[in-house]
Amino acid sequence: MSRLDRTFADLHARDENAMGLFLTDGFPTPDATVPLLHALDRGEVDFIELGMPFSDPLAEGRPIQKASARALDHGVTMQDTFDRAEAFRTESDTPVLLMGYVNPVLKYGIDDFCRDAAAAGVDGLILPDLPPEESDMLTEAAAQHNLDLVFLIAPNSSDDRIRAVDERSTGFVYAVSVTGLTGSDLDGTPTVDQYLQRAQRLVQQNPLLVGFGIKTHEDAMRLSRHTDGFIVGSALINRIEELWDREQPPMEDRLSEISAFARRLKHGDPAPTA
Amino acid sequence: MPDPVTDAPFPSTSYSAPDDTGHFGTYGGAFVPEILTPVLEELRAAYKTYKDDPDFKEEFRHHLREYVGRPTPLSYCDRLTEHIGGARIYAKREDLCHTGAHKINNTIGQIMLATRMGKDRIIAETGAGQHGVATATVCAKFGVDCIIYMGAEDIERQRLNVERMRLMGAEVREVTTGSETLKEATSEAIRDWVSNPDDTFYIIGSVVGPHPYPMIVRDFHRVIGTETREQLKEVEGRETPDAIAACVGGGSNAMGIFHPFLDDEGVQLHGAEAAGQGLNGNHAATLAKGSPGVLHGAMSYLLQDREGQIELAHSLSAGLDYPGVGPEHAYLRDTGRVTYHPVTDEEALDGVKLLSETEGIIPALETAHAMSILPELARNLAEERGEDAVLVFNCSGRGDKDMDTIATHV
Repeated sequence: MSRLDRTFADLHARDENAMGLFLTDGFPTPDATVPLLHALDRGEVDFIELGMPFSDPLAEGRPIQKASARALDHGVTMQDTFDRAEAFRTESDTPVLLMGYVNPVLKYGIDDFCRDAAAAGVDGLILPDLPPEESDMLTEAAAQHNLDLVFLIAPNSSDDRIRAVDERSTGFVYAVSVTGLTGSDLDGTPTVDQYLQRAQRLVQQNPLLVGFGIKTHEDAMRLSRHTDGFIVGSALINRIEELWDREQPPMEDRLSEISAFARRLKHGDPAPTA
Repeated sequence: MPDPVTDAPFPSTSYSAPDDTGHFGTYGGAFVPEILTPVLEELRAAYKTYKDDPDFKEEFRHHLREYVGRPTPLSYCDRLTEHIGGARIYAKREDLCHTGAHKINNTIGQIMLATRMGKDRIIAETGAGQHGVATATVCAKFGVDCIIYMGAEDIERQRLNVERMRLMGAEVREVTTGSETLKEATSEAIRDWVSNPDDTFYIIGSVVGPHPYPMIVRDFHRVIGTETREQLKEVEGRETPDAIAACVGGGSNAMGIFHPFLDDEGVQLHGAEAAGQGLNGNHAATLAKGSPGVLHGAMSYLLQDREGQIELAHSLSAGLDYPGVGPEHAYLRDTGRVTYHPVTDEEALDGVKLLSETEGIIPALETAHAMSILPELARNLAEERGEDAVLVFNCSGRGDKDMDTIATHV
């Protein structure tokens, strides 16, 4: 049983939803990444998506585009990302998935990438520009190194498509909430509920997680009614940017605010004492 | 087999790429966010229906004839031939198409697909502005909303084309991220498409992007090659030349003229890509110096660093200033069917001068890259195959848009 499967099984047993948080590696600075991951841990995150920066991130809105560019300006390499994942892993058992675009993975070499990611304690991969049709090159290597491979569905995915994605995914199925980029505004209409209900009915083999556009606890609760949990990325990136670039309190306070931010997403405001 | 779109003779019978999943060997495919998968499926189904639909084909032929001005001439370049002293050189005059370049063959075809699919909002990316102009043109003609993404640097160096697009009612959106050129304009157009998949049709300007675009764009441009065959038969008494030369950025004009000759083994095919300031400096020579990878939805050759981050391309020509290349060119490079030549900015400028002075044709800077490989090709062909050897080059666009750049450098 993978670390991710165990996490979902535990949550299921407690009848709780999962909270996944996305953080771009090397953002806002390379030194901040590992302390931020621990801050998320203290904020009761259930799993982490560590973003591998890419020069041309097609599915991202401005916040993650900018975070990615900033990490690359710091010279972040894939090896750095593995090193930081490993540093986090030595002190935490929270599942970590690497999320990013397929080209840097291809350049690193698929087998080497899977081997080194697994050695660093990474649990799975999410590559939004690698749909199931093109993923044969990766599935075997990922399975060999016990890496879960998460595929995505979208509001315009057909029923057959959703079933096929469920078939190919391990770990969970990632339901993109909106036809849009990360950080988009959520659709206020019943459409998103209907879509998630449909997805909930069709996804039978994996937990179903919803992401894109979730900014608050209320958003998270509304969308995760029909799912096994939710994922937040851009809103966290924006909060980090505010803390590092504008508010600039002492480092300790920045990190504790990030923990509080995560807890507020999960439990609402005011946050219960940890 | 007749050409699916134009009904011109379709001599290629053994060459059949791409396969059903859009792969040219190991290249091509559709590496896109999930939102675009149903959109691409819809487009594949529509293209499959309409490419064999008699009404569609008749309308396409009609627009090419009455609006674009086809067939374009195949001009014998007597003074250029004499000046070089080698094979007989012909120019396929795509510069005489309406809007001044071959690009409009494709935009006519795609807007016909878009309107039949019920899409009423068109987006496109542009580098040199030629594809943007060709898209704005057909949107005006068909009465459809048009948004063009263009890098800030390209807006600066292609002012004339920006004004043309705006005059025809298009909204030109300035892209200020990254290198502010074609790569970023393409990324922004894809992001718009991801955000508006239901009502929006993305008219891609070259044989790039996810399947089925490389195939569709190629098919709409095949008319360049099929006309060339017919015209050669008339003037030279044979359908096939000894060699063809074309410039390659994304590679649409080259695929258009190459494709009908791929099975004719005696026809040498030569692509000229932008070597910018030289292969050891800043360049856009993807096929010479790149390596396989995924950008903008397809596997092909890319300029990338050791971490797989996409590198910035450089070319004086905005239309070639792109770190990728169409996947079919990657395939043709690896199979050896097409030979690709890097051409520097300086050599391209010499090409502009030579064609202007000998033939009274001012080519686009993109086209000039093909122009500048002609002297060597023409002499080699004459040596190998005799003085009657025939060399066709695709004069893909006119140079008016580049006059500022040309005036500064020549």
